[in-house]
Amino acid sequence: MQKKKLFWRKLANHIFRFFSLLAVLLATTAMLVIVTHVIRAGSKALSLNFFLNPSKPYGMPDSGIANALLGSIMITLGAALLATPPAICAGICLSEFRDRPKITAALRFSANVMMGMPSVLVGLFVYTLIVVPSGHFSGLAGSVALAIIMFPVVMRTTEDMLDMVPYALREASLAIGMTRTHTTLRIVCRSARKGLITGILLALARVSGETAPLLFTALFADSWPKDYFSGPTPNMPVLITEYSTNSPFAAMHQAGWGAALVITVLVLTLNIGTRIMFREKRHAT
Amino acid sequence: MPLKLEAKNLNFFYGNEQVLFNNNLPVEEKKITAVIGPSGCGKSTFLRVCNRIFELYRNQRAEGELLLDGVNVLLPEVDVLELRRNVGMIFQKPTPFPMSVFDNVAYPLKLHFKLSRRETFDRVEQALRGASLWDEVKDKLKTSGLALSGGQQQRLCIARAIAAEPEVLLMDEPTSALDPLATSKIEELMVELKKRFTIMVVTHNMQQAARISDATAFFYKGVIVEHGTTTKIFTNPANRKTEEYITGRFG
Repeated sequence: MQKKKLFWRKLANHIFRFFSLLAVLLATTAMLVIVTHVIRAGSKALSLNFFLNPSKPYGMPDSGIANALLGSIMITLGAALLATPPAICAGICLSEFRDRPKITAALRFSANVMMGMPSVLVGLFVYTLIVVPSGHFSGLAGSVALAIIMFPVVMRTTEDMLDMVPYALREASLAIGMTRTHTTLRIVCRSARKGLITGILLALARVSGETAPLLFTALFADSWPKDYFSGPTPNMPVLITEYSTNSPFAAMHQAGWGAALVITVLVLTLNIGTRIMFREKRHAT
Repeated sequence: MPLKLEAKNLNFFYGNEQVLFNNNLPVEEKKITAVIGPSGCGKSTFLRVCNRIFELYRNQRAEGELLLDGVNVLLPEVDVLELRRNVGMIFQKPTPFPMSVFDNVAYPLKLHFKLSRRETFDRVEQALRGASLWDEVKDKLKTSGLALSGGQQQRLCIARAIAAEPEVLLMDEPTSALDPLATSKIEELMVELKKRFTIMVVTHNMQQAARISDATAFFYKGVIVEHGTTTKIFTNPANRKTEEYITGRFG
């Protein structure tokens, strides 16, 4: 009887382990297949001209991605500039005003709602809020849309990072006669600064591939991104969408794959680089 | 003997739960007063009332009087930042700030005094010497305070506390996270420091209390059961509970 019970329990254990491993295998294979396919299809498009020339209208030779790359950098950096200061402040509020549950609960709830919001909705929202009243698409509108997506992500990582700072450090700082503001900015944020930077960079990597919000806001242009404030601004995600879905030309399909490869490599580099550079060094205590 | 600190009918609450009951305790100037008692009896809480650090938590509240040089510091009109400059605190775990050894000590100086660079440097050196740390760190003032050993970190915190030139030092189990060698260094340092400061130390180590303190207060369930000179408490306690605790029968 006892032995039989053990047999079933061991069997269940094996079955569960099998499915866990299968799930791991599935997840990693999917990742590998995508990456290898992007590399294979995209590498054919790569050339010096591809990186140096701006994109050109359908069918013209020597088209490149330089303008889209520059535009994407402007739009995402603009988003970071818009989102980071308020997101860090909100994160500080969540972490340091723990004794005011009503404020933090409201903030946390709205952040959760925002995080679950489909990015296409954010695009539509910014479209009606900025693009329609102003009468034109713009890179800035794109930045605003991406900033809205970044905000809750940066806010929550800020909160987590500040929570990891031991309470004793706050008390020690207050105990030598520092004010709470001083303590928060000079001691707590300083202790957590690596984590804060990591959070910002990872959020940046996360939004740099967002497409839907940019379709409604920055749109695209075959020109250099000189109209960041006042007109359609080229960017990578929309370039990829346009080239791979709206064009009949094989060369453009290939350029789309090339652009996909470039953005994949950039995002992976940013992501992995951040993790390696800001990995917490443990101090002996 | 002049009194530096005196608790009069001090009560303390966590929300609705009372944890200190009518505490009365005179603390003499430039002496070491040991606060002993089993875990959870209110020793640390008592210390945390002395610099009002408990006010960080909204549901905590003190009633009664705590006199520092005859002034009740629990009154709202007493400036809490000035109080904390006067009453330094050392915690159980060393709490160096995430900055260089020098900046750790210079920080309270910049906060409380207007000093030239030269004066700041001199005061930092003084404080580090006062904490018996100068010889070990004088060549690495620019390295992170977090890179020091545990014992050194604790002495760095002591240096930081005395740099602000307080009159009272509160120490909450300052050696319980340290090895015996680092502990004996801190104990020697405390005996040296009492020439300049009034020290209250919470400790679970009976030998430590007996070795270094001049007066002892025994807390039990939020009540100060007995207080007096350390010699009296350790050789001839008046209360049975005190005797049982110091002889190790409970706690």
